[in-house]
Amino acid sequence: MAIVHEFEYFKPERIEDVIKLLSEYKGKARLLAGGTDLVVRIKDELESPAAVIDIKGIEELKKLEFREGKLHIGALVTFTDLIDSDIVKKQFPLFWESSKTIASPGIRNRATLAGNICSGVPSLDSGPALLVYEADIIVRGAEGERVIPALNWFLGPRRTALKEEEFVREIVFSLPAKNHGGSYIKLGRYKGEDLAQVGLGILALEGNEYRLAFCAVGPVPSRAKKIEALLNGKPLTDSLLETAKRLVSEEISPITDVRATKEYRVHVAKIMLERGIRAAVERIDGNGPAYGERLI
Amino acid sequence: MKKISFILNGEKRNAYVEPNDLLVDVLREKLGMHSIKYACGRGDCGACTILLNGKGVRSCIILAIEADGQEILTVEGLSKDKLTSLQESFIDHGSFQCGFCASGMIMSATELLDKNPNPTEEEVKEGLSGNLCRCTGYTPIIDAVLDAKKRDVDKK
Repeated sequence: MAIVHEFEYFKPERIEDVIKLLSEYKGKARLLAGGTDLVVRIKDELESPAAVIDIKGIEELKKLEFREGKLHIGALVTFTDLIDSDIVKKQFPLFWESSKTIASPGIRNRATLAGNICSGVPSLDSGPALLVYEADIIVRGAEGERVIPALNWFLGPRRTALKEEEFVREIVFSLPAKNHGGSYIKLGRYKGEDLAQVGLGILALEGNEYRLAFCAVGPVPSRAKKIEALLNGKPLTDSLLETAKRLVSEEISPITDVRATKEYRVHVAKIMLERGIRAAVERIDGNGPAYGERLI
Repeated sequence: MKKISFILNGEKRNAYVEPNDLLVDVLREKLGMHSIKYACGRGDCGACTILLNGKGVRSCIILAIEADGQEILTVEGLSKDKLTSLQESFIDHGSFQCGFCASGMIMSATELLDKNPNPTEEEVKEGLSGNLCRCTGYTPIIDAVLDAKKRDVDKK
């Protein structure tokens, strides 16, 4: 199927030119990075931008840098770049593990983290990692830059805190102060390319501190605050885990759709919680299953 | 119409494209690269996989204009002089039935072997996870990739 809709195409080399084009087109322009989402949506006529601004000519947006305990991920960094990065694997292993579950290599070679969060679909696998590492999203607009914490980014399915004439410049992950282990478990219908039916990211920090976030089981990815409050400060025991599992149905609000029923999602989410926490805790000291190993 | 130039299978080529032309259409219809197959049109099936700057990508969800100044490899370029070990291995293992997925499978497997010359079976499955085959049940395809790896080692 060809694209029926016609649009102007621009490939600026400077961020300033992107800002100029965005204000010129007043919300009728869309940014193009990997295009794995945008091109499909233009084909389907779900989007009809007057202009497409290809940002792949802007060198500074390609940067993936770790400095002073912060990982700076430019808007053009793809999931393949993240998976191939030793820094990401070593310092932010849960983020590395979740990046590996996204689509397939042929999509990850093009798809960017920035594009993933701008699409903002409920099942996005990068959501839990952003929320548990409490990443910051740096956006540029005509009035300069602002920092949006990932915790305030997702407003609804395909709705984010990004304003019409702004764009994401980079995403910044800060290294947690304490030693940590993590896990990301994705429930798919089969191995390989599939959207999550349930996704759960868990960060376990030394000293019994936990951060948990779900995706695909509510309108937006979100932290499981009640479970965190229950677990924090307590040594992990079988009975504590059982209590935590009972809270799962209060934390998530899955729907029944073509991929799974809501009952199935809630049931498996509890199993994922138990396996994910155990793996995250074991991994603090370098034990437990290797990152990337399937836990479900 | 805008004129774009890129390296296609080692040769510089030009094409006149509209912003909404898809790369798969320009490569197939204007430049005759019929190894590329167009199926799902949304990046899910892998039949249109090409290597763009050495990386496997889905040409059905890339605008042709994005290829300006880039380097593209298709099956036609892969086997310019003779079949690669991987292609021979596909033939010997009977890895095609209808053959529609074959070009995409071969391009994805070529990328995999470039990046990781010694993949495990799991890694082959992961590398080909975005390429669908509705005939073979995948086993002869995975066998062919694993065997191609051995053939290359034997040649050296």
